[in-house]
Amino acid sequence: MNRQQLLDLYFLEARSKLIDLAAFFDRLDRAEGQADFRLNALTRALDELRRPDAARAEHVLLNLSDPTVEPIPAATTKAACGAWPAKS
Amino acid sequence: MRYIEPHAHMVSRVTDDYQDMVAAGCAAICEPAFWAGFDRSSPAGFYDYFCQLTEHEPRRAAKFGLPHYCWLCINPKESEDVLLATEVIGLIPKFLGRPNVLGIGEIGLNKNSRNELKVLELHVDLAARHNQLILVHTPHLEDKFKGTRLILDVLRSDPRIRPERCIIDHVEEHTIRMVLDAGFWAGMTLYPETKCTGARSVDMIEQYGSDRLWMNSACDWGVSVPLAVPYAALEMRRRGQSPDQVDKMIYQNPLKFLSQSPNFMSHCK
Ligand SMILES: [Zn+2]
Repeated sequence: MNRQQLLDLYFLEARSKLIDLAAFFDRLDRAEGQADFRLNALTRALDELRRPDAARAEHVLLNLSDPTVEPIPAATTKAACGAWPAKS
Repeated sequence: MRYIEPHAHMVSRVTDDYQDMVAAGCAAICEPAFWAGFDRSSPAGFYDYFCQLTEHEPRRAAKFGLPHYCWLCINPKESEDVLLATEVIGLIPKFLGRPNVLGIGEIGLNKNSRNELKVLELHVDLAARHNQLILVHTPHLEDKFKGTRLILDVLRSDPRIRPERCIIDHVEEHTIRMVLDAGFWAGMTLYPETKCTGARSVDMIEQYGSDRLWMNSACDWGVSVPLAVPYAALEMRRRGQSPDQVDKMIYQNPLKFLSQSPNFMSHCK
């Protein structure tokens, strides 16, 4: 598909997701209390949108990933939260 | 449209889902062993689950004319207890001869711990000794990249394992290349929030080609969509892919991989 066709197909959806994201950051601004590492992680991952190459999705994911290579000593939880604490 | 659902946890789904999937063109369904949402307290709990996957669930699916297959293992979320895992793995060989069993899965990692790795190695050894196909679950979210690398290391370090007989599931943009480059099959899981959307799956098909790739819903007891595969097929059509390309991705590819098991669609062979 060419760029025009892709814009026809996805522009409104992308626009809506962008506004949702902006509203989410506004909501966090208006709220009280401390944020945690997830806010920093998301803010930092946003920078990947300005990459000049077509690898933005890959790099947003990498940015939110644990980059270490050694297995952890033991699993203390089963859940994942979507961002890696030690990077923030 | 015809399709194969290569990864669905039907024991957690209602009967209406079977009906909807058949109506949408589902020709076969494959169910990897999975975490129940709570820890099973004993090997006997797994024994019963393996009976459910090999006896009860195929009968439930058959009511809708749907062939049901399964994969057996103790899942990575319950692999921290190595003693329990070893006992459960010891139960599996007596189920491998059942007619709907396709192989060992979904094995892999969850939090990338040492014990999870140990249990993964035990499963890989079990599959190698019994010449079974392997279906691998890669970890969620921030743990996926690291876990996928660790899993590939385990599989590649065992000379008995042939990559074309293993599928690494739940790939995303940051893990798909390493899986395909190493010669394995890759699965894209269509989840609304935590994994891959239909549009992104089509992006990956466009970038990496449609060889050694499949799509699945991985529907279970959480937020998931049993009809995610046919919906993704519609997205492929919206993106200009031909009916033949869609058929390859959602029917022929899973058929090709799964047919490496003599049990898969044996009634059609
Ligand atoms: Zn699963």
